[in-house]
Amino acid sequence: MSAATDYLLHLADNALVLGQRNAEWCGHGPILEEDIALSNVSLDLIGQARLLYQLVATLKGGDCTEDQLAYFRDTHEFRNYTLLELPHHGPLSGYAQGDLDYGTTIVRNFLYSALMALLWEALEKSADADLAAIAAKSQKEVRYHLRHARDWLVRLGDGTDESHARVQASLDHLFPYTQEFWAHSPAEAAAIEAGIGVDVASLRADWDAIVDAALAEATLVRPAVGGYVTEGKKGIHSEHLGFLLAEMQSLARAHPHGVW
Amino acid sequence: MTTVLKEWPLWEVFVRSKQGLEHKHCGSLHAADAAQALDMARDVYTRRQEGVSIWVVESKAITASNPDDKGELFDPAADKIYRHPTFYDIPEEVGHM
Repeated sequence: MSAATDYLLHLADNALVLGQRNAEWCGHGPILEEDIALSNVSLDLIGQARLLYQLVATLKGGDCTEDQLAYFRDTHEFRNYTLLELPHHGPLSGYAQGDLDYGTTIVRNFLYSALMALLWEALEKSADADLAAIAAKSQKEVRYHLRHARDWLVRLGDGTDESHARVQASLDHLFPYTQEFWAHSPAEAAAIEAGIGVDVASLRADWDAIVDAALAEATLVRPAVGGYVTEGKKGIHSEHLGFLLAEMQSLARAHPHGVW
Repeated sequence: MTTVLKEWPLWEVFVRSKQGLEHKHCGSLHAADAAQALDMARDVYTRRQEGVSIWVVESKAITASNPDDKGELFDPAADKIYRHPTFYDIPEEVGHM
């Protein structure tokens, strides 16, 4: 695959996988208003994924379609950050069922949206005009996602003893996964070389500033990181992605030529 | 002693549409404070491009007329047709008013 399609799939898979995860809240939100807000975020993300998959399908040509990319690739072919496939609760094995935890959802959305607000803005100057156009649209959406997640992060962190403890635990659990943002995958390196992609490492100081300001306001402690750096964007995933894909892809695979 | 609220307060939402000149009441929602009410109003009431501007006001800030007073408040206007400016001839050039 070319540098462009591999890089576009990374961006698309990020959006689709988080969109699918957040959609688990649909009908289960803590309050009606948040249920709708989370569904809106999910639909924004799935919309971004669709535009990117359509672009990849055009570049690849032949029989390739957006549905094929979303529903007929397997775990090792997905290029999303591992952070985005984790369930909405603390560390548990893939088949274990935990209650959906809103703090986990909010922390993840915050960490990812803070990155994407910067990345989409930078991608508006991509040498690929189609990607630049998708970036311009997505940037507006993700700015709202960031605002939403940041607002809740501060409310929960600077809230009751229980909400503070729980959101700090979510932060401790998820923060190490953000290390994956900064290590280039071969696809990213090739895309940067081609002028299509953006060097994420160049956004790190700005990301740190957004994160640190929000954590300070939320009275949360930034966890120290180190150790294993996940490699979801190279196709090496946690056990959780398989379960997510099984649910997401089963309908399309049961009715491969279905149209709805 | 401080009272612990179990329920968030209710807010009334007013949205101005693209073509609209004024904000119109479109519903209500629960939120912890004004800033959150605004964000939630965005998500609940402007998802289908309904608006370009939102106002929120806490429902308890609204003083409403009592339905029982309907007779004395509104009925007396019923037979005062001279209050409608329908007895003037409007020149053609003015067009629709």
